[in-house]
Amino acid sequence: MGRQIGALLWKDLIVELRRREQVLSLAVFSLLVLLIFNFAFDLRRTDLAAAGPGILWVTFVFTAVLSLNRAFSVEQDRGTWEGLLLAPIDRGAIYLAKLAANLAFTLVVEVIAIAAFTTFFDLPSNVLQLIAAVLAGTLGFATVGTLFAAMAANTRAREVLLPILLLPVSVPVIIGSVKATAVAFEGVDASTGQYPWLGLVLAFDAIFLAVSFAVFEYVVED
Amino acid sequence: MIHASGITKTFGRTAALRGIDLRVQSGEVLALLGANGAGKTTLLRLLATLEKPSAGCLTIAGLDVLREPQRVRAMVGLVGHHNYLHSDLTASEELLFYGRLYGVEDARRRAAGLLEEVGLGNRSALRVGALSRGQQQRLGIARALVHDPPLLLLDEPDTGLDAEGLQLLEQLIDGASRAGRTVIFSSHDREWASRHSARTVILAAGSIRHK
Amino acid sequence: MLAASAQLDSDRRAVSPGSAVESRSNAILGWATAVLMAASLYAVFVYAPIERTQGLPQKIFYFHVPLAWDAYLAFLCTLIGSIGYLRTSQRRWDALAQSAAEIGVVFTSLVLISGSIWGKTIWGAWWAWDARLTSTLVMWFIYVAYLMLRSALGRTVRAARHAAVLGIVGFIDVPIVHMSVTWWRTLHPQPTVANPAGPTLPGSMLLAFFVCLVTFTVLFVFLLRERMAVERLRDDVDELGSMLLAGAA
Repeated sequence: MGRQIGALLWKDLIVELRRREQVLSLAVFSLLVLLIFNFAFDLRRTDLAAAGPGILWVTFVFTAVLSLNRAFSVEQDRGTWEGLLLAPIDRGAIYLAKLAANLAFTLVVEVIAIAAFTTFFDLPSNVLQLIAAVLAGTLGFATVGTLFAAMAANTRAREVLLPILLLPVSVPVIIGSVKATAVAFEGVDASTGQYPWLGLVLAFDAIFLAVSFAVFEYVVED
Repeated sequence: MIHASGITKTFGRTAALRGIDLRVQSGEVLALLGANGAGKTTLLRLLATLEKPSAGCLTIAGLDVLREPQRVRAMVGLVGHHNYLHSDLTASEELLFYGRLYGVEDARRRAAGLLEEVGLGNRSALRVGALSRGQQQRLGIARALVHDPPLLLLDEPDTGLDAEGLQLLEQLIDGASRAGRTVIFSSHDREWASRHSARTVILAAGSIRHK
Repeated sequence: MLAASAQLDSDRRAVSPGSAVESRSNAILGWATAVLMAASLYAVFVYAPIERTQGLPQKIFYFHVPLAWDAYLAFLCTLIGSIGYLRTSQRRWDALAQSAAEIGVVFTSLVLISGSIWGKTIWGAWWAWDARLTSTLVMWFIYVAYLMLRSALGRTVRAARHAAVLGIVGFIDVPIVHMSVTWWRTLHPQPTVANPAGPTLPGSMLLAFFVCLVTFTVLFVFLLRERMAVERLRDDVDELGSMLLAGAA
């Protein structure tokens, strides 16, 4: 199974590398969202610490939704999805491979967005804590997001249905990630500030990674 | 090899297959004939485990398709209407990918060998998108063979092939029994089909009218 | 289609001939609900005393909490139906999940509305991001998404299966959402709608509360059975339709 996951992941990465459509357009999109936020809030330095984490995560959420939308629809549109189903590959393995690919793409875009964010808004932060918060939160979206993307891909209104499915369920991730990121920006002592929120998000990650892996085959089989 | 009894497949309100009973021996070459919508594609998809039968019992090499679909998939190769190729991968990468997916030993060597067999050896580094339609079809056939399946299914394979590809296809089908491979293909060309098969089965409105 | 795929579903056949008995027993349940409801109204508005600090609006509590209880019960039934369906592929489990989810969304909406009205009397505002109401709102969105998913996929086996997955994921998520929202709110304490009458409820209020709780539970069962009966009728119609078409072909 590991070899199959590796093959599938490698394939998705190579195709994206050659097409460059997903990462590039999502990166531009995330930068635009940050720009709009600047006009929306007209932030002064003092407000930034309070609003910063929220802005960052709203940007990440929009980006993650767009990225997830393409995880399965791309395969279906090009007809290669059935090629996967024909193979003796565990459906859970397909889930893990798609999850890993989506994670890779989203993280790249997020790094770009964070770089832009710190440039636009000049906010000092504890880098390690920021990385921890972003990793944990992005994984959280990806776990249920990959599952829901597979569901939504079967419908006609897939672009709208995915966020409708994903956002309410991932509320714990949003809450935890924003709080954990806030700690990174304010430089609050990690032992009291970040760990409980990080723990919440990581617990969500673990639970829903397991659950989604287990139920994925029911979404994929017909 | 294949035991099908009472196979029915319904999609919503339409029954694509009604009560199909079929026995296919190992190494046999069977042709499916019938008009469009008769159920040929549905039957092939059922055999490839892409669809599940709504009713009836289907076993391939003694394995029940409902209970052990993964093991069945490892034994089946399908050349369908779509060639299941990724336009951004090179021909050899494509076969390497599917080889790894099917757990083929030494996938690289197998990929190279298959490309030679289908006459694409000198095009292995070309992207699938840059290949002609006929070349893509040939690559699609190579893809279906990457794991050397005992059962090969082809859905109207004679369409879209160039002259070289058609020759390859005929060699493949004719050589199948000698290789111990079971082949089932569907076609519109009755004459061509009977030339290259040991037995033909005619489907009409989801049922079999034997020949 | 759901009905056609349930051809192997022997218990569905057993249900249809007995549907007359079913509807009679549910009619009795309906009358019982009506009687209990009358009793509840009496208990709440006549029997139970008016609370000292909050006054008359406090009586919303007698309906608000049982409605919430019903909503959780409904979504628990959706979970059971979802798991049952994934394991057995029998239509009746899916019917349970679907019916319960619909009823659950209705009850959740009522919880939100009643909570909002109550909040208006306490906070002076229709909404104040109170922990419990907020997590109820998120739960509402989760199950509205469930209904929208079903609607987008139609009456198909695929819809049933996808919905079953969501029914399981959603239910697992609800306590996590509740926990995270409560943590989020404890940083900024707000008055909650949790306090019906101080630390302990006096006996008369407790009695009125239990009468309401029982009433709403019976109401839930009645509605669930009615809704499932409708679902069975729809399946029968689908089945007849496909038989007609098959015969005509």
